[in-house]
Amino acid sequence: MLKLSINGKTHEVDADADTPLLWVLRDELGYTGTKYGCGMALCGACTVLLNGQPTRSCSLPVSAVGKGKVTTIEGISGAPARAVQAAWQKLDVVQCGYCQSGQIVAATALLAQKPKPTNADIDAAMSGNVCRCATYHRIRAAIHEASAIMAGKASDKLEA
Amino acid sequence: MDKTVEISRRGLLKAGALGGMLVVGFQWSGKSRAAAMPASLAPNAFVRIASDNSVTIIAKHLEMGQGSYTGLATILAEELDADWRQVMVEAAPADAKRYNNLMWGPTQGTGGSSAMANSWKQLRQAGATARAMLVAAAAQQWQVPAAEIAVAQGKLSHASGKQASFGDLAALAATMEVPKEPKLKDPKDFKLIGKQKLPRKDSKDKITGRAQFTQDVKLPGMLTAVVAHPPRFGAKLKSFDATTAKQVKGVVEVVAIPSGVAVLAHGFWAAKKGRDALKLEWDETAAVPQGTPELVAQYRALLDQPGAVASKTGDVVEAFKGAAKVLKADYYFPYLAHAAMEPLNCVMRQDKDGVEVWNGEQMQTVDQAMIASVFGIKPEQVSINMLYAGGSFGRRANPASDYPMECAHIVKATAGRHPVKLVWTREDDMRGGYYRPLYLHRVEVALDAGGQLLGWRQRVVGQSIMTGTPFEAFGVKDGVDATSVEGASDLPYAVANLQVDLHSPRLGVPVLWWRSVGHTHTGYAVETMIDEAAKAAGRDPVAYRLALLDKHPRHAGVLKLVAEKAGWNQPLKAGKKGEKRGRGVAVVESFGTFVAEVAEVTVRPDGSYKVDRVVCAVDCGIAINPDVIRAQMEGGIGFGLSAAMHSAITLKSGAVEQSNFHDYPVLRIGDMPRIEVHILPSDAAPRGVGEPGVPPIAPAVANAIAAATGKRLYDLPFKLS
Ligand code: FES
Ligand code: FES
Repeated sequence: MLKLSINGKTHEVDADADTPLLWVLRDELGYTGTKYGCGMALCGACTVLLNGQPTRSCSLPVSAVGKGKVTTIEGISGAPARAVQAAWQKLDVVQCGYCQSGQIVAATALLAQKPKPTNADIDAAMSGNVCRCATYHRIRAAIHEASAIMAGKASDKLEA
Repeated sequence: MDKTVEISRRGLLKAGALGGMLVVGFQWSGKSRAAAMPASLAPNAFVRIASDNSVTIIAKHLEMGQGSYTGLATILAEELDADWRQVMVEAAPADAKRYNNLMWGPTQGTGGSSAMANSWKQLRQAGATARAMLVAAAAQQWQVPAAEIAVAQGKLSHASGKQASFGDLAALAATMEVPKEPKLKDPKDFKLIGKQKLPRKDSKDKITGRAQFTQDVKLPGMLTAVVAHPPRFGAKLKSFDATTAKQVKGVVEVVAIPSGVAVLAHGFWAAKKGRDALKLEWDETAAVPQGTPELVAQYRALLDQPGAVASKTGDVVEAFKGAAKVLKADYYFPYLAHAAMEPLNCVMRQDKDGVEVWNGEQMQTVDQAMIASVFGIKPEQVSINMLYAGGSFGRRANPASDYPMECAHIVKATAGRHPVKLVWTREDDMRGGYYRPLYLHRVEVALDAGGQLLGWRQRVVGQSIMTGTPFEAFGVKDGVDATSVEGASDLPYAVANLQVDLHSPRLGVPVLWWRSVGHTHTGYAVETMIDEAAKAAGRDPVAYRLALLDKHPRHAGVLKLVAEKAGWNQPLKAGKKGEKRGRGVAVVESFGTFVAEVAEVTVRPDGSYKVDRVVCAVDCGIAINPDVIRAQMEGGIGFGLSAAMHSAITLKSGAVEQSNFHDYPVLRIGDMPRIEVHILPSDAAPRGVGEPGVPPIAPAVANAIAAATGKRLYDLPFKLS
């Protein structure tokens, strides 16, 4: 039995040590917001925060998580996360949506570190997150919008 | 178990009496929402208004990112005069009697950028019907003439001060007569249609991780199946040994199916480990022998042979005899994988009544029939829950129903003992076939001394998508698959002598439509060659095109708009030292929508390049959701850029060489240009926007690179150095 801290809760799981965190989250614990896209750390669909750092859960064996704190799309909170989600909604970034959990988690981590990123910062931080619907144009704009929200220039409330 | 509960357990609530009201809908987990609904008004298959004041719009088309749920809801909510915030969208069940695509005859499905076009009248009428019944109910309750009742933003009101919400009147409205020909609005009175920013209906669920994709379905007792597929197209299973696979913790069963060997396990990881542990022997006698180089050589030889004539006007042979100048180029377009973000998957279970499916469902009628054929049951015994698809780009609308059939065979081979979630890995998805076909084109253009077009000859070589499918009768005539030559056979540019012909070699590599289908290659060949012709004529590429588009005012309309917005007539700002900059244009009509794009490109001294800015003008008829249209143009441009800059599927002895995003690179954020989209005002009936943004971008960029460097690009993806 492994003990995992996910979204502030402790979960006990019975999984082989080599099982990627992604599949423990999705198949064992029901956190299906985190997506499978490539399984090889190439697309970012599976991005979660591990101690605040964006991490590809498809390539992280569950045994390596240890006491690390895992945050998934279902659990992100705090000012950057709220700002990112509000900006995503305001600009209607999503298309199919399948990559967007990963995009949002990655953008949240970026803004937590750099509240005022440049386009170059954004391109660098988000280059590991593929969007086949190519919503990149709006992702860039929404990260700038989120930055403005964090600076108090707009509301971070989600519409119903 | 009473009938209603039994049906809802199967996830499908047929239209039927429920508390005296007609309720249409389905759901698939937990308690049926519909069954718990308060009394409702449901005058047709597309809308349900409940006494809790919710308006539920039933979407017959798949939401795969293109904004169909939002668009369908907008049309209906407009005529209903609903408040956008009270509107919800629910997926329709598979039932072609009520939910067929009106542009596809008796077939239910989503594709060809047809969702808005075929639903336009249908949903306006559906909304107007419900509105008229609400008005009739108010008139009766308030004892006032119906004509005096106003409806706005989900409220009915009368000058006397009386007011009611839709919910207040839903139950009474349900007893009113259903009007046959409800009056539709004058477009000038539209409140939602054409509004600059109407929030998407799927946004919130998709930014909170709550949206349900097939990948997320979990049923009691469900096992995950991962399948070992043949290593080459056309190979078959000879034998397998599952001893080691069965020792993997979590593996429950291993079964042979027509498409390979399936390992069923508790969860994906165990199933994949089991699959990878199988010992397999394949019979490769019927496998596709060629690799890409051999195929290209074979196709090149065909470029010298006359093919089936797809279109012919005038006499091209004579035209070329009289030419002052002839331009000639051969083009290469590789196989392309759709590589949607959600790898293919399907969930299925069997019980005594039939089979229930959960899928990002793009072609209900075909999948129903194909799945039914596996089990020997009737198509209507296959119920389908249409879930969000994590992209598709055409891949989930497969006449061969490949992955739903595979899932059906697994369920059948395990005698329905467990619900099954079939999951393809990214590698399975990349190597599983059904690609945009590999095409070669040869284009020859005859010009007179003044650079005017005398003749246009185009030969296309590539597999037919429609041949051998149920769509053959409608899409293939005299050996010509319309989807192989669309955009060339109906060349918009005025030329007295035109001939387009086609070779459709038969080959065991499965092919399929890929976002904008034939226009992905014809648009490129036509729009780069016309640019060369303009250059040869010493004319401006926009002016040269416009002069040839007299009979095509909508092409001309977007071309003029894009030129104006891009500042076509102003010089392009110079780049840094050593950099070359260029601007290129292209215009393509597809699926009844007209799109022109101008690309600005910087080519660096080392031969690398960047697309800096793209300006796009689109005429799709009435713009239902301008923001969704903009999003689709942006996304289409990015999707087209992926193929132009990066992606190709190649074969070696009938085996696919690529497997994942490292060797099938796709566009990432750093490559995404700034994009501006301009929508041409129009009062023509609305057409689709999911695909038409794609075709112009590759030729616009190629033309920009040619303007910057003088180098013409004939092979995709581009290689500059
Ligand atoms: S699924 Fe983990 S990076 Fe693609
Ligand atoms: S929204 Fe579809 S892959 Fe990003």
